[in-house]
Amino acid sequence: MTSVAVTGMGVVSPNGLGTQDFWSATRGGKSGIGRVTRFDPARYPAQLAGEVPGFRAEEHLPSRLLPQTDHMTRLALTAADWALADAGVRPAELPEFDMGVVTASSAGGFEFGQGELRKLWSQGSQYVSAYQSFAWFYAVNSGQISIRNGLKGPSGVLVSDQAGGLDALAQARRQIRKGTPLVVSGGVDGAICPWGWVAQLAGGRISTSNEPARAYLPFDAEARGHVPGEGGAILVLEDAETARRRGARTYGELSGYAATFDPRPGSDRAPGLRRTVELALEDAGLAPGDVDVVFADAAGLPDLDRTEAEAIGAVFGPHGVPVTAPKTMTGRLYAGAGPLDVAAALLSMNDGLIPPTVNVVPSPDYELDLVLAQPRPATLRTALVLARGQGGFNSAVVLESSGR
Amino acid sequence: MTGRRVAVTGIGVLAPGGVGTENFWDLLSAGRTATRGITFFDPSSFRSRVAAEIDFDAEAHGLTPQETRRMDRAAQFAVVATREALTDSGIALDAHAPHRVGVTVGSAVGATMGLDQEYRVVSDGGRLDCVDHTYAVPHLYDYLVPSSFAAEVAWAVGAEGPSTVVSTGCTSGIDSVGYAVELIREGSADVMIAGSSDAPISPITMACFDAIKATTPRHDDPEHASRPFDGSRNGFVLGEGAAVFVLEELEAARRRGARVYAEIAGYATRSNAYHMTGLRPDGAEMAEAIRSALDEARIAPQDVDYINAHGSGTKQNDRHETAAFKRSLKDHAYRVPVSSIKSMVGHSLGAIGSIEIAASALAMRHNVVPPTANLHTPDPECDLDYVPLAAREWTTDTVLTVGSGFGGFQSAMVLARPERSLA
Amino acid sequence: MSTTRTFALDDLRRILLEGAGAEEGVDLDGDILDTYFDELGYESLALLETGGRIEREYGITLDDSALTDAVTPRQLIAVVNEHITAAAEVAA
Repeated sequence: MTSVAVTGMGVVSPNGLGTQDFWSATRGGKSGIGRVTRFDPARYPAQLAGEVPGFRAEEHLPSRLLPQTDHMTRLALTAADWALADAGVRPAELPEFDMGVVTASSAGGFEFGQGELRKLWSQGSQYVSAYQSFAWFYAVNSGQISIRNGLKGPSGVLVSDQAGGLDALAQARRQIRKGTPLVVSGGVDGAICPWGWVAQLAGGRISTSNEPARAYLPFDAEARGHVPGEGGAILVLEDAETARRRGARTYGELSGYAATFDPRPGSDRAPGLRRTVELALEDAGLAPGDVDVVFADAAGLPDLDRTEAEAIGAVFGPHGVPVTAPKTMTGRLYAGAGPLDVAAALLSMNDGLIPPTVNVVPSPDYELDLVLAQPRPATLRTALVLARGQGGFNSAVVLESSGR
Repeated sequence: MTGRRVAVTGIGVLAPGGVGTENFWDLLSAGRTATRGITFFDPSSFRSRVAAEIDFDAEAHGLTPQETRRMDRAAQFAVVATREALTDSGIALDAHAPHRVGVTVGSAVGATMGLDQEYRVVSDGGRLDCVDHTYAVPHLYDYLVPSSFAAEVAWAVGAEGPSTVVSTGCTSGIDSVGYAVELIREGSADVMIAGSSDAPISPITMACFDAIKATTPRHDDPEHASRPFDGSRNGFVLGEGAAVFVLEELEAARRRGARVYAEIAGYATRSNAYHMTGLRPDGAEMAEAIRSALDEARIAPQDVDYINAHGSGTKQNDRHETAAFKRSLKDHAYRVPVSSIKSMVGHSLGAIGSIEIAASALAMRHNVVPPTANLHTPDPECDLDYVPLAAREWTTDTVLTVGSGFGGFQSAMVLARPERSLA
Repeated sequence: MSTTRTFALDDLRRILLEGAGAEEGVDLDGDILDTYFDELGYESLALLETGGRIEREYGITLDDSALTDAVTPRQLIAVVNEHITAAAEVAA
């Protein structure tokens, strides 16, 4: 079957704008979590977020696009520009139907929607913007990336909460295997606005700690929820053979994927994550012993951490594989999380270095070999990335270094 | 053809004019319309005041009081349609390992209705910028992220396989089914509960379409407001609804003696990379999607018996689409019947693609092509056979159904009889 | 007694910039009165947003055809001023 390589990446992360800043921060254990600045969070029980630093949209995008785009779409368009440039791809020079876009979303352009809802209810329906019809909806990033870059091939948009980013990359791989040579894919997300904040609080998984180093502690006995973040990554995926022929540099290959859904709440059946990992390895044609590092979903809630630790333990054995959660430096990015972890995993493989999980004192009960505080040098040929979405979505991706 | 093929073995539909597949087909085959003046809220300050609403009583359709409270209207639709589809298919899901059964739900605008209502409360009628979390309902997160729809459907049927929401605007209803078909073909699942649902008739949606004059202002004659391909058309009529299918690997469906409505034989999607809301008149990208879907189905253009059109009733769309049919099917475009059921049930955004797949499968079942209602004086630039006003008895073995949506997405799907000869 | 506001090129420039930005390479400060909107980089959606903003700011309602028929700034300014005058007469 066609191998699919990642040939370009654009990163917009709370701990670094651009791949270089992100990776140097991530290697160095530098966190991007801090008090919310995009609105005054004083009245809310949670006040921390991972906000993308130093992003001024007008430096990256034409002014024609600004009135019609949400903040997260501007981040996504910029990341897509960077990913294509990084891949050395100029879309205008390629057949337009040979390039597609598949992204994940969780809440669409929620901040844009908030503004229009406010106008609707405080001023009247005629005050709602002409751009509301698409600026907030879930498909906006795929549409805008397609238009900006002239990509007319198969496109798609998936919503599976935080698992969706990996589902999007897998759908990109599917489209490449069906004959579209190049797909721009990933997820950039974020709803750091009062209306999004209130909706996320209602989900019951947000940490109410106001100490940036104590708020999000996955696999720690003190775990008490997560910090929401914004951003993510856009990747360029290509038929590996086509990429080789054009002399492209490849970060690695997406060689395995699987998704499952957990049993109904209250069921006594086992959660789906272990099976997801096993199916993804089977899809890649690998055994557990082939995996050099796991990038965990790292929910930061005791029940969910236990489920993940048990799945990893069941497949790899106690302390059987290095596990890390660089999202302790960014917060959870919803649809952006999986693609950002995939970017981090590929950079780890290229650098021979596992980035750390910060702030966490791991609970011994979980029997995980968590990479803590300092990056760990290692030869990494295969990485497993996990992502879970609220409701019961489980997704896993296997990455392998090219030229294995 | 080698490899796994995918059959539609169960259908559940909630559409304006009546809950359930039977009521839906009665409406279509009689050419009745279900568009009316908006009753869900006071529309008097709006430019467009017409919609295709469903009279829906969740508890009467088997949802519990807590399910009704927890789910947005669109999620309720999805679950009710799912139950009908399961019953219709006669499938015993417990004969399948739960992780071999997956779910895809298409939705363009998710829990818009719930979000609109809840925003009004937490912002105290738009007065508060920093909205008040103490007034938020506990299930607000499920409105925020509409993958909750897929979760609800998965819980309803006990599915533990790959599950997601597909949200490509107004092509979601085709793309959701297309995604599910791929999962069965590649072997990631044996059964998919696939469909789509939207319930967008709320002030924020009406307001945003008012702002771009996409919906019709024909509120003096709401029953005849949706007028695809007619010279007098001036915008679409917003609708709501859901359709859900049981999709099975064809050989397994045959082994259990299932009734097969159709094979999903081909599917493709393309983007126009042109404009978030506008369409180029040449229809080139939709034509490309049609060609690709026919190729995948190994069906020649002249073998298409019926086209279930997007036919939204906007000036731009109906010409764009007519051009796309001519571009992809050449002369056959003039011979094949084409119709838009949006003339009767309105445009339910992400849901309509699946509702139109249901109409296509039912057209094959009954060998009857549903009409385009309200089509009295065709636009001279829309010069195909749009089956005006009355349904037509017509041997229908192969159907092409298409969709077009904001974001530039263009999708096409081919339904065919599985027993056709595969040259 | 009511004073009637008028709608001038500077007003249109401001509203265009707020509602739709400016196309790269187009100088909105130049002599644009008779330049087609599409040459200025504004398509139907940008003009719908612009029209909505004008309607709200000036308290008028433009006909559906006003935005499609007015293809240059001069034409749009003229039709907006007609509506402002008509609205003032009704109000008076």
